Amino acid sequence: MLMNELFNTYGYDFTNYAKASLKRRVNRLMIIDRFPSFAELLYRVKSDPDYLTRLIQELTINVTEMFRDPLMFKAIREHVLPILATHPFIRIWHAGCASGEEVYSMAILLEEANLLHKSLLYATDLNPSVIENIKKGIFPMNQMKLYSENYIQSGGKNDFSTYYTALYDWAKFDEKFRQKMITATHNLVSDRSFNEFQMILCRNVLIYFDKHLQDRVLKLFDDSLEKFGFLVLGSKENIRFSPITHKYKQLDNKQKIWRRIE
Amino acid sequence: MSSIKMIIIGGSAGSLDIILKIVGNLPINKSYACVIIVHRKPSSESILQDLFSSKTLLPVKEVEDKEMIVPGTIYLAPADYHLLFENKTTFSLDASEKIHFSRPSIDVSFESASQVFRDLAVGILLSGANADGAAGLQKIEAAGGLIIIQDPETAEVGYMPAQGLKLTQNAEVVPGYEIGNYLKQLLK
Repeated sequence: MLMNELFNTYGYDFTNYAKASLKRRVNRLMIIDRFPSFAELLYRVKSDPDYLTRLIQELTINVTEMFRDPLMFKAIREHVLPILATHPFIRIWHAGCASGEEVYSMAILLEEANLLHKSLLYATDLNPSVIENIKKGIFPMNQMKLYSENYIQSGGKNDFSTYYTALYDWAKFDEKFRQKMITATHNLVSDRSFNEFQMILCRNVLIYFDKHLQDRVLKLFDDSLEKFGFLVLGSKENIRFSPITHKYKQLDNKQKIWRRIE
Repeated sequence: MSSIKMIIIGGSAGSLDIILKIVGNLPINKSYACVIIVHRKPSSESILQDLFSSKTLLPVKEVEDKEMIVPGTIYLAPADYHLLFENKTTFSLDASEKIHFSRPSIDVSFESASQVFRDLAVGILLSGANADGAAGLQKIEAAGGLIIIQDPETAEVGYMPAQGLKLTQNAEVVPGYEIGNYLKQLLK
């Protein structure tokens, strides 16, 4: 019922989201915002358009960290960037980028490979409020210790703290990274391909979709990826049972990185 | 296929030896599937799968997104994801906030199992230093499922099973070294 309302009134389509996870999000929201019943939540959604922003923010998951899954970043450093380096111009799409930790991590990787100057990072998310953060380039200071450890595990050799300036409780990342980023709202469920990329990263987004929607979104990525381009998914996600699988070859280092071969 | 039991084992600090014993005792048949949720470091390469495999002839798998639930299989919740049940035949994963500082969280899987498997869910809570799992056991109990708690006296760290006892009424309290045998009888 809530999902129908969201679609009919506001155009957000959650009908092909995985049920188990979505149910948890709705229950969680009812506890945090103290709705005594589902009917009250539904009423609030119908009668208060301003509540929508919060609802979308809470139903979608925006938990992430810099260099999350460091070994995956290490594989990109060692096996993907040397190939991308041969291109005159590099376009990378971070689909479902949340608050931008992954985009900044990638920008640091490109900078260290001396490729940032000829790269553009497209960061999109369904959630308008989270991508605002990317433009600011500001992340909580108390996370920097973890991020620095992740960075080192990913094969980083510099002092991580040289990439940001501390401002009280916040770390502001170097402006040169942001200048290479383009942010936009994009809904993987309803929006179409908008460019062609050498690499697409979409990690821990497909897990919230059902099989049918996963296949549709993978097709969208396939349409948006150059031949010999790279597709990167989350560590427990797979294209194995999808219709595009025969066009891709997984890099043989256990990471969820596939190369389009036809 | 329609009515297999779902055994969910949750353990934290001090639970590994007991889990290995349980795994070694699980009968080889297709009347159930078993899911193991252990608190562990997010990035570590998993040796648990190999470790469990060495104790049983049943297949042991770390769960991937939307993996099918095959009876007679032992599943391991992957590091850094919550493990949910989409329905009786499919898992799903979730990378949202940690619960009780844990991802995977035992509470999350217990609660999801209680909704999907109802009285066919069997929740087992073992040694640990954290309150994760207790609230989830309560949900399984309310749904009519069986709940088993390691006797805190026999646990290396008794806090977690003691929390489970506090929140539930009718748990089977079994010494750690006996849980394997208990399940062998239950599932034969």
